[in-house]
Amino acid sequence: MKFLRILGLLVIVAFVGIFPVGIAPNDAVNSVAVFTLIGAITVVSWNIFSGYTGYISLGHSVFYGFGAYAFALASQNWHIPGGWDPFLLLPLAGLVAGAVALPLGWIALRTRRHTFVVITIAFVFIFQLLATNLQGITNGSGGVFMPLTPWTDGYTDLPFYYVAFAVLLVAIFVSWRIRHSKFGLGLLAIRDDEDRALGLGVKTAAFKLTAYMISAVFVGMAGAIFAYYVGILYPQFSFDPVVDITIALMAFLGGLGTVAGPLIGALFVIPLQQYLDLQFGGNGVNLMIYGALFLAIILVLPQGIVPSLQSRWRAWRASRNTTLDSGKRATNQEQPAFLIERGGKG
Amino acid sequence: MTLILEGVLLGILTGGVYALMASGLTLIFGVLEIINIAQGILVVLGAYLSYWLAQRFHIDLFVGLLLTIPAMFLLGMAIEWAFIRRLSWNRVTLSILVTFAIAIIIEGALEFFFTTNLVQLQAWYVDKSIKVPFLDFYMPYIYIFAFVLSVVLLGSLYLLVYRTTFGRCLRASMQNRTAASLIGINVPQVQMITFGIGVALAAAGGMVFGATNAFNPASSYDLISRLLVIIVLGGMGSLGGALIGSVVMIIISDVVVLAWDPIWASTVFFVILVLLLLIRPQGLFGRLEGRKQ
Amino acid sequence: MSLLEVQTVSKAFGGIQALTTCSINVEQGTITGLIGPNGSGKTTLFNVITGYERVDRGNIRFMGQDITRATPDRVFSLGIGRTFQLTRIFPRLTVLENMHISAKRERLKALFSSWSSTQEQALALELLAFVNLLRHKDTPAGNLSYGQKKLLEFALILVAQPQVILLDEPAGGVNPTMINELVGHIRTLNEEQGVTFLVVEHNMEFVMGLCHTVNVMHRGTKIAEGSPDEMRKNPAVLEAYLGA
Repeated sequence: MKFLRILGLLVIVAFVGIFPVGIAPNDAVNSVAVFTLIGAITVVSWNIFSGYTGYISLGHSVFYGFGAYAFALASQNWHIPGGWDPFLLLPLAGLVAGAVALPLGWIALRTRRHTFVVITIAFVFIFQLLATNLQGITNGSGGVFMPLTPWTDGYTDLPFYYVAFAVLLVAIFVSWRIRHSKFGLGLLAIRDDEDRALGLGVKTAAFKLTAYMISAVFVGMAGAIFAYYVGILYPQFSFDPVVDITIALMAFLGGLGTVAGPLIGALFVIPLQQYLDLQFGGNGVNLMIYGALFLAIILVLPQGIVPSLQSRWRAWRASRNTTLDSGKRATNQEQPAFLIERGGKG
Repeated sequence: MTLILEGVLLGILTGGVYALMASGLTLIFGVLEIINIAQGILVVLGAYLSYWLAQRFHIDLFVGLLLTIPAMFLLGMAIEWAFIRRLSWNRVTLSILVTFAIAIIIEGALEFFFTTNLVQLQAWYVDKSIKVPFLDFYMPYIYIFAFVLSVVLLGSLYLLVYRTTFGRCLRASMQNRTAASLIGINVPQVQMITFGIGVALAAAGGMVFGATNAFNPASSYDLISRLLVIIVLGGMGSLGGALIGSVVMIIISDVVVLAWDPIWASTVFFVILVLLLLIRPQGLFGRLEGRKQ
Repeated sequence: MSLLEVQTVSKAFGGIQALTTCSINVEQGTITGLIGPNGSGKTTLFNVITGYERVDRGNIRFMGQDITRATPDRVFSLGIGRTFQLTRIFPRLTVLENMHISAKRERLKALFSSWSSTQEQALALELLAFVNLLRHKDTPAGNLSYGQKKLLEFALILVAQPQVILLDEPAGGVNPTMINELVGHIRTLNEEQGVTFLVVEHNMEFVMGLCHTVNVMHRGTKIAEGSPDEMRKNPAVLEAYLGA
């Protein structure tokens, strides 16, 4: 069983690995793929905090922006030439985002559910305004230019693709490790009943803040990759509430609190978003369709794809198990695919 | 010094209008326990409706309210009935997403019909000003009229909530939904009407907002964030808090705009929010969210 | 020196005085009952001991150590466990996962070590067997029946092997068979492992049959203390329950 699962994982990794060179038909698709990977990083990372603890943050774009600006300003001030070199700055972007998350998280986590969401939203606007107004540092709405890449057509997207993929794999790994650790169990307990968890010895304040900071790190890196890929960085597109809503949409669609959920969410949402922008962008119709789809999904699948499938699966299994000998474990084919792993048991 | 006084006066006058919009938002939270992120775009919708009535049919802005307020009241009820009602699981979080989705749809529609060009509502009282006695500046008439409007509407709201049977049902539902339904209050109906009221207030606020600011569909972001700050500051669910929060915040904001620099107006807003929440997480008049999950 | 000492503790909520110079001592190795009419402050007392509420005045000592201002997680790690009137477990986690939340683990290791070590697993399974929930170990806790949840809540605390357990109406809403089971578990733990219990209960049979000492509270303070028999005849107690 475990063998099958690992095999399945390897197949998927391999597929993603050769996608841009072997499978993708053209540059446009590659571009969408890069954005999808970046989106996947943000949502997998966001899930480490919001999915596991249940505290919905609609302010992670702050870290996106901080990571992007740290990256941009560092590459500018240190005169880093375009190409592969700037990617070495990614850990810096992540660290800056993580460091910023410490004071912000400390402030925001003093409050509970509703107020918390509102504070995170407030953060986005504060920093968007600061980024726009502190022109000395950020050049305001003039934007910051990224180092020019020397790569030519047909090859331009590939480095971004593979770097994003690598970061995504690390993020998934961290998310998965946390999910199966004591720390992760504590986070889930906080989600279910925070005060009870506190009364059972879980250091809720420290756990929440740590999760918040860890989630900020990868989002910061994603922001940096995004800025570098686009080539120019503006405050309103990095400290952007739409980024936060997209993250939330991906997470809710795929299913909060699972490892695979966010990935599935990203796979659905980003290509759709890109397509809509392309087809209808600029006159508002894309927004209407996006919003309507969004609405339909939330109302129909409030738990998200993965948990809904999981419960359907469980219900089906339960109805089948009445005919199986209770001592015998179900055969390999009846185990859920690796994607629908719930944690611990399998 | 005059600048500060001017800011304070301006703040009081426009604070009332923000209080209208914020009251709607906090009322909705109190009765339905949801955060209506669409309130910002609904205000903008109100502004565009007034704009359209004025441009197309040459209806005066204040007169137009007689049309826009009922229309948006019905819209609010429809939204509640069609979308909000279905949410039971994870209500607060999902309501944020649902109302945001609705906001995006409305924003897209407005962008489609009106484009992203900035517009502003026009009328004689928007341009003409009156000299403020004793002080050295001019105040556009619109601000005074808007203040009167806010007082009238807020006064009516107060009467509705505290002096009518419906108001009692509303307050009961706010305090304990289950108990209210057990004593015979039709809670779903109360919720629907409350949402309608909240949106209707946005219509009024929208007209004034549109007359005093250049706007386009994207203006909703700044608006909703200010409104959210105000109700968190005042305490979510508290009408008095919405009123005081609005007036205080707008005064501060307007003083900053006039005496310091317009670009920092909103930043000040949020910084104050953050500072206040550090000291008093429940806002000025809210209740501390304790062990209730 | 008693194991747990509550010394002249007062606590008010707005205009309501929930506790008024309340003093209670719990001796080591006993099963102490805490009874009183509704509103006498029993649950508030629990909240104050376990750090969920802050006292206005007074002290609380555990093994001589002052825990008046201790936070809930600190109180728990010192060895005081507690159940709730309306059972609180973690509904979306499985029964087995629920059992692992309270197990102690040193700081940084928690971040990277697996959620269940072999010892913890063994202990958890043993305790689940003790309360007869072993076959449900992989069920989401939210799916259990009310009585099963009560048992789970009980088992949850036992994982950390506390010295004192505060039980808030353990027999509430539970059928007689289950009550007997609970009584049995409490007695076993008390007699075989020396666990001290402080039990709030309205079920008089439960209290009188199980407890060594009984404290009676009324209007926020202790009005009587003694053996169950003494309490049954105490006029002040009768008046508190039946009087105006």
